[in-house]
Amino acid sequence: MVEKGCANLFTRSQKHINDNPKLPPIVNGRAKYNLESGKYLKIWQGPQHPGITGNMSLELTVCGDEIVDCKTHVGYLHRGFEKLMERRKYMQCFPIVCRIAVPEPDFNEYLFAATVEELAGIEAPERALWIRTLNLEMARLASFFMWLGGQSGSFGMNTQGQWTVTMRDYILDRFEELSGGRIYHMYMIPGGVRADLPSGFENRLLDTLKTCEKCLDDVELTMFNNSIFKKRSKGLGIIHPDIVDEFGITGPNARAAGFKRDLRKDEPYLKYDQLDFEIITGIDSDAYTRARVRLQEMYQSIDLIRQILAKMPKTGSFFTKLPNVLHWNIPEGQIYKKAECTRGEYGYYLRSDGSDKPRRIYVRGPSYTHAVSLMERLCIGGNISDTAGLMVSLHTYPPEVER
Amino acid sequence: MSLKDLVAPFMVWGRALQKPYTQKNPIITRPGADRYRGFHVNDIHKCVGCGTCEEICQNEAIDLVPVDGIETKHGDSGLRPKIDYGRCCWCALCVDICPTSSLGMSNEYIWIDSNPEVFRFIPGAENKTWDNSKKGYRRGEGYDLLEGQRVPMPMLSFEESQKTFIEMVQGFSREQALREADRCVSCGLCIATCPAHMDVPGYINAIRNDDMEEGLRIVYEANPLPASCGRVCSHACEDVCVMKHKGDALSIRWLKRYIVDRIYKGDYEKILSTGEAKNGKKVAIIGSGPGGLAAAYYLSLLGYEVTVYDSNEKAGGMIRYGIPEYRLPYEQVDKDIDYIKSLGVKIVQNTKIGEDLDFMELYNNNNAVFFSTGLKDPYGLDIPGEEFPGVTSGLSLLDDVTIGKTPDLGKSVVVVGGGNVAMDAARTSRRLNCEVTILYRRRIEDMPADVEEIHESQEEGCIIETQAIPLRIVKGDKTRLKLYWGRAEMVTDPKGGRPRPVLIEGSEEVIECDTVIPAIGQQADYSFLPEEIVNNIKFNRGMVEVNEYKQTGDLKIFAGGDIVNFKKDAISAIANGHSAAKGIDLYLNQL
Ligand SMILES: Cc1cc2nc3c(=O)[nH]c(=O)nc-3n(C[C@H](O)[C@H](O)[C@H](O)COP(=O)(O)OP(=O)(O)OC[C@H]3O[C@@H](n4cnc5c(N)ncnc54)[C@H](O)[C@@H]3O)c2cc1C
Ligand code: SF4
Ligand code: SF4
Repeated sequence: MVEKGCANLFTRSQKHINDNPKLPPIVNGRAKYNLESGKYLKIWQGPQHPGITGNMSLELTVCGDEIVDCKTHVGYLHRGFEKLMERRKYMQCFPIVCRIAVPEPDFNEYLFAATVEELAGIEAPERALWIRTLNLEMARLASFFMWLGGQSGSFGMNTQGQWTVTMRDYILDRFEELSGGRIYHMYMIPGGVRADLPSGFENRLLDTLKTCEKCLDDVELTMFNNSIFKKRSKGLGIIHPDIVDEFGITGPNARAAGFKRDLRKDEPYLKYDQLDFEIITGIDSDAYTRARVRLQEMYQSIDLIRQILAKMPKTGSFFTKLPNVLHWNIPEGQIYKKAECTRGEYGYYLRSDGSDKPRRIYVRGPSYTHAVSLMERLCIGGNISDTAGLMVSLHTYPPEVER
Repeated sequence: MSLKDLVAPFMVWGRALQKPYTQKNPIITRPGADRYRGFHVNDIHKCVGCGTCEEICQNEAIDLVPVDGIETKHGDSGLRPKIDYGRCCWCALCVDICPTSSLGMSNEYIWIDSNPEVFRFIPGAENKTWDNSKKGYRRGEGYDLLEGQRVPMPMLSFEESQKTFIEMVQGFSREQALREADRCVSCGLCIATCPAHMDVPGYINAIRNDDMEEGLRIVYEANPLPASCGRVCSHACEDVCVMKHKGDALSIRWLKRYIVDRIYKGDYEKILSTGEAKNGKKVAIIGSGPGGLAAAYYLSLLGYEVTVYDSNEKAGGMIRYGIPEYRLPYEQVDKDIDYIKSLGVKIVQNTKIGEDLDFMELYNNNNAVFFSTGLKDPYGLDIPGEEFPGVTSGLSLLDDVTIGKTPDLGKSVVVVGGGNVAMDAARTSRRLNCEVTILYRRRIEDMPADVEEIHESQEEGCIIETQAIPLRIVKGDKTRLKLYWGRAEMVTDPKGGRPRPVLIEGSEEVIECDTVIPAIGQQADYSFLPEEIVNNIKFNRGMVEVNEYKQTGDLKIFAGGDIVNFKKDAISAIANGHSAAKGIDLYLNQL
């Protein structure tokens, strides 16, 4: 008998997993099964697989179509951004950070700018803070639309994906006119933002929101009332509340387990303290509940954008002059700043040694926990046909795992 | 399954009638947004090849390359950015930082070619359809990564300044200097233009690092008279500073002064290199102006035994005897000179070559001779009445003030001329309580004096009368003089030269004054050179002809300063002295 170590013993200690008689027994903290017994099969899902949210892979051991072990592999997308930044002047890091989370670059831009500003003692003007808040909610909406298409697609529903990806594109149209780029906006720069809102932008954005809202209504009807979706997603990938803090699970994944946690509320940054909204939570903590929480957060985002447009000052400066960025030395110090992205807590740690280049930038993306360790844990005992749906339901971005 | 689940799909049937979302590209093209960051555009006639775009690009996508039809000239490297689209990430930081705003991006985003080489392209030089596109990303109002405005220099007010010889410019504080130094983009266009090719970005960087000692070392690499030059240099560098395109040039001259002001004379020795061991060879230098002193300094570092001869009581030449104290205090000239002397350079004062000592004696007793004897003989006005006692010259007025004589100018003075000497004479006269009128033949914009000088002289109460040609001087009451002058009209030169002032026949005006001070230029006096030497040296319109090492037709003799260069300023004289030192070293080592 070949002894095969389960990657994460401590997750297997969970009671409801342990009680599953189909899973191999755990001996000395390791799953014990004989790969050559003919009973088990090892298959790889990824790194190129539509059921994986990007370039990573799952090494699955199955018994029939049941998953008995899962090991996550990353490393297919490592670009070394954190290291690259140590060799670049601060302003030269600005075009890099957006690349850390492709579908949602803005949180990187915001957090990079905010950490640099704080260490340098620079304050972005009021209007810039509002525009940043707007930008982040637009990003949230766009990112969720992409996720929504993935979630429906991974359960075999291909129609909603066509709609939602289009909605995302409409929002990207707005991003394009705002920032000059569709995917990598490179708009929130240390000091503020790079340009004012283009004229007529607010109205076009409101129109886009209307279209998006209509689409969400239709998705709600056809996806959340679809009995196949319900059947497959309910009870799938339950994140037991006990492991939420153990794993460091945040965002909708935690909120769907009943945790009323949202940095926008708990530690308000930018202008969130001036916006009216409630934290959305769920109870069942399964894929379905997570999808519901996200859907509601999309409506909430639309509402927040409308509030922002109504409340933000209509004129005023949007950029605070920086020292010459070609030789901008940031005072020695360290700082960690965080924001609530679509997937949970996004954090930037910046350490400066007083020179013109960051000594260390560490990016904490929620996908690290959700895609690497949580996925390993949730897969076990599930059906192989549900892995894609499960993975999407955790809403993870491999590029953010591999900074 | 609930009823809602059953009917839900039918509730969105309306979608079946909707137009498709996708566009039929390429039948329908979709232009990028107005701010889209598409292919680059560059107005290559506005671009000056400063390379700041290259500097900021974190992908190293930009190289500066020569481009057909673009010449290197002062303020323009002659190079233009070439962008490698295999590296570019479309961040547009290059556009944001471009000091001339020549660089931008069009909203064009489709470019198909089977040859990958074409995607390393020079915006603006390859006739692209988007070259003249007004749409696309440009740095907009309210956002700027560079500072266009210079830090104002604290100065005496004009009310105060016109009454005193105290230095007018007070110098930067540390905070001001740091702020000003921060504006530099280190493009180095200034280095190319500075006659001495001083490493300006280098010493500005030292200021930013608050390392004055390093700053001083860099400054002394090309200029051993920085306390003086930091105050009075003609600063050609500032004319080409790329930041001028955004507003104000860097205050390069004041920053240099800041470094020197922050270091005590006594500390120089510790900071600067004292050079090589003595090599036993001797060089004689005639003239202790900037040319002579610079040659002496660099020769001494190279190990030569240097003796400088000067007819004046003190060293410095025109920067002491010409430039007035309110612009350049004597102790600052001393600061520069004392350090040069401390290296063992001997300066023999009150010794006029040709009178007190024979040129040939120097020639025979030294391995080489360098002369930088300047321009001492003022040009006359060449009008009747010039010989009257109340008529002097700018140079002699300034000379008198330097040696401590108080010249009797009376109450009102007319200065004739439009150069810096005229401005100095006029402003010095103001400080001696005179009413001052400046007569100049051409228009104010034609004046060779520095713009600041013209402005400051006016602010101090000098009246400038332009297009005015002096005709004759007649004696008035007692010691008064009457200067008759005629109006000039500017006649354009058919050959495209600068317009000429031509007297309008019959126009005539008169000014009464106590003193007339012509300051229209000066010439050299070569009478100290014996004939056999003069025969070997070539002269051209009053100037000595030299090669790039300032060597004359007599290989043992080198010359520099105002008698050699056209710019006729201190820094050019210094640069000449430096090249001559290198030339002499080369020449003597080849022997
Ligand atoms: C009023 C005035 C204002 C100026 N302002 C500025 C300014 O603001 N900025 C600037 O950059 N430049 C200025 N200049 C020009 C600058 O001073 C000169 O370009 C510079 O001093 C030239 O240096 P030089 O070495 O050629 O000779 P000079 O400085 O002219 O020195 C020549 C020296 O040689 C000596 N000498 C001449 N013949 C003999 C001889 N036979 N024997 C012994 N010694 C002799 C003279 O006594 C003199 O000391 C000004 C000039 C004047 C007159
Ligand atoms: S920064 Fe602007 S002016 Fe300088 S080289 Fe680049 S394009 Fe030309
Ligand atoms: S857009 Fe960015 S990456 Fe491209 S050339 Fe300019 S600075 Fe470099």
